Amino acid sequence: MTDILPKAADEAPRAPADDHLGHVAEGTSAQEMHTAGEHLHRIRNIVMVIVRILIALVFGLPLLFMIISSFKPDVQIFSDLGSIKAFLPVGDLSLDNYNGVFQRVPFAQFLLNSVIISVATVVLGLIVNSMAAFALSRIKFRGQKIILGVILATLLVPFETMAIPLLWWVNTLPFWDPVGGFSQGWLDTYQVQIVPFIGNAFSIFLFYQYFDSIPKELDEAATVDGAGWFRIYRSIVMPLAGPAIATVAILTFLPAWNQYLWPLMVVQSEELRPAMVGIDYFKQLNVSWGQLMAYASIITVPVLIMFIAFQRSFINSIASSGVKG
Amino acid sequence: MSTTAPDRPQITPQVDIPEKQRKPDPTGRHPATVAILMLLPAAVLMITFLIIPIGLTFALAFTNARLISPEPAHFVGFANFVRLFENDTFWASLRNTVVFAVVIVPFQSALALGLAVLVNVKMRGVNFFRTVYFLPVVTSIVVVSILWLFLYQPNGLINALLAKVGIQGPDWLGNPNTALIAIILLSAWQAMGFHMVIWLSGLQTISHDLYEAASLDGATKFQQFLHVTWPGLRQTRTFILITITIAAFSLFSQVNIMTQGGPLDATTTLVFQAVRTGFQQQQTGYASAISLVFFVLVLIVSLIQRYLTREKEVGR
Repeated sequence: MTDILPKAADEAPRAPADDHLGHVAEGTSAQEMHTAGEHLHRIRNIVMVIVRILIALVFGLPLLFMIISSFKPDVQIFSDLGSIKAFLPVGDLSLDNYNGVFQRVPFAQFLLNSVIISVATVVLGLIVNSMAAFALSRIKFRGQKIILGVILATLLVPFETMAIPLLWWVNTLPFWDPVGGFSQGWLDTYQVQIVPFIGNAFSIFLFYQYFDSIPKELDEAATVDGAGWFRIYRSIVMPLAGPAIATVAILTFLPAWNQYLWPLMVVQSEELRPAMVGIDYFKQLNVSWGQLMAYASIITVPVLIMFIAFQRSFINSIASSGVKG
Repeated sequence: MSTTAPDRPQITPQVDIPEKQRKPDPTGRHPATVAILMLLPAAVLMITFLIIPIGLTFALAFTNARLISPEPAHFVGFANFVRLFENDTFWASLRNTVVFAVVIVPFQSALALGLAVLVNVKMRGVNFFRTVYFLPVVTSIVVVSILWLFLYQPNGLINALLAKVGIQGPDWLGNPNTALIAIILLSAWQAMGFHMVIWLSGLQTISHDLYEAASLDGATKFQQFLHVTWPGLRQTRTFILITITIAAFSLFSQVNIMTQGGPLDATTTLVFQAVRTGFQQQQTGYASAISLVFFVLVLIVSLIQRYLTREKEVGR
């Protein structure tokens, strides 16, 4: 089962059908129009489509409501609640709520912080974890099975169990930077929001799985041509690992962007606060619901658009995460 | 297994093996050296920010460590646990955490399987439905909590809709009887698409021939599900159960944003209590004891689920 990740991309478009027209309908003769069985099938299909649409409303309407409400004043949001108008862009629409967000809090700074933190986590994570996975899957050395076993075992430990000890721990860690020199304690910095999340067992596992499916003969050929291991990693294996890179990037971007518990504890100053903690703080200022929905929309809609644009990669990433079981 | 020459005794340290006996490396380095260099960044990071903190959970739970304190921490034995087990709020949070998990695990996984079956068809527009069902997954739980906090207001959207059909909705989050249910509903709403996709990938590994054979034998759709689909999803099932359970035990964001553990401790959870004591009150030692209870809980559940699936393997 270990090679499902590279395969998933080709398989997704031709999903095996379990549809209701399926095999039973094939059995009946095509010329016999409107037999009882076919008629029943048609009705059932229509019912199932209606069920799918109703479920889609359950998942989609709250998000639509959030976006629509962000353009309305609170009075109108509440007066629209009892009717379909709650989900329609009608009435007194404006960008006032959005202006309000930028006036009440340094929102641009929050957003920038989130971007810095998630991009740094993703990029550094891609490099560090792919290198580790490369060493584990393609270079033979003693103890690699044990290392892989330890890495897989840590997957079962949720971050929340060690959040408090980690908080105590980072507060005692030293740090060195070229400008400030040595300092003790990582609290209230960018690095405390990035560095602990770079090394990632699951990313290593996903890369490992993918690298294992790339023919080892390529390495041998490259070695004959005089390439070293770093060269093989950089010029042969990584260029072939596009799908794995996409998967890891997506699966590390989402939690980094959505991080809440950790920055809530480690960041005090506004200049370093990410957008997710910022919305909680914004809420405590007793702002209007419309403004809250505006804030929520700005930090959500870009991710939703990205998801819709790269939908196949997203879905395949999640699907491949299920293979580890 | 490794490039160690088979004729050499194992006691010799690896680095002493002469160059010529190893696979030649054009950079002139041992493959093991290169491997260690490439593993080093990840290893240092994971030891520092994963292995050591896990160890610290065990160590700090038996000390009076405080987050910011001029005095060094010292060993206090089981004092933190004694205090913990005498605390009603701790028992409330343990109970809520377990109730949340026990309710949401079957609820969410069953509905997610239903969704997966619904979208596992060849039909025009089915991708649209998959996408919409998945939208809440890419929405941050923080945003989802704030949105549903609004929907759950006594005069909010949900009660307005209920009023349409003549039901007087409760004050969802203000009432101790409905607050946890309200959080369960929104949590399931947010995460269901994720598990739908995992079920879906499990469904797609089941060979179509099996369904054809079953339908030739006259099996109904329901019988096909029971005898083809369900056994075929055994591995997926284990994975889904473990991930939903662990995620359920980790419940924090929704509670922190929507109810702060209230009303009357009706929604407080282990992680919420750990953060309240360990971060806000800076009692690292005490909070580590809570984390340790949480850790043991996760461990027990993983072991039980592993054991149960092993039983089934023997049975089949």
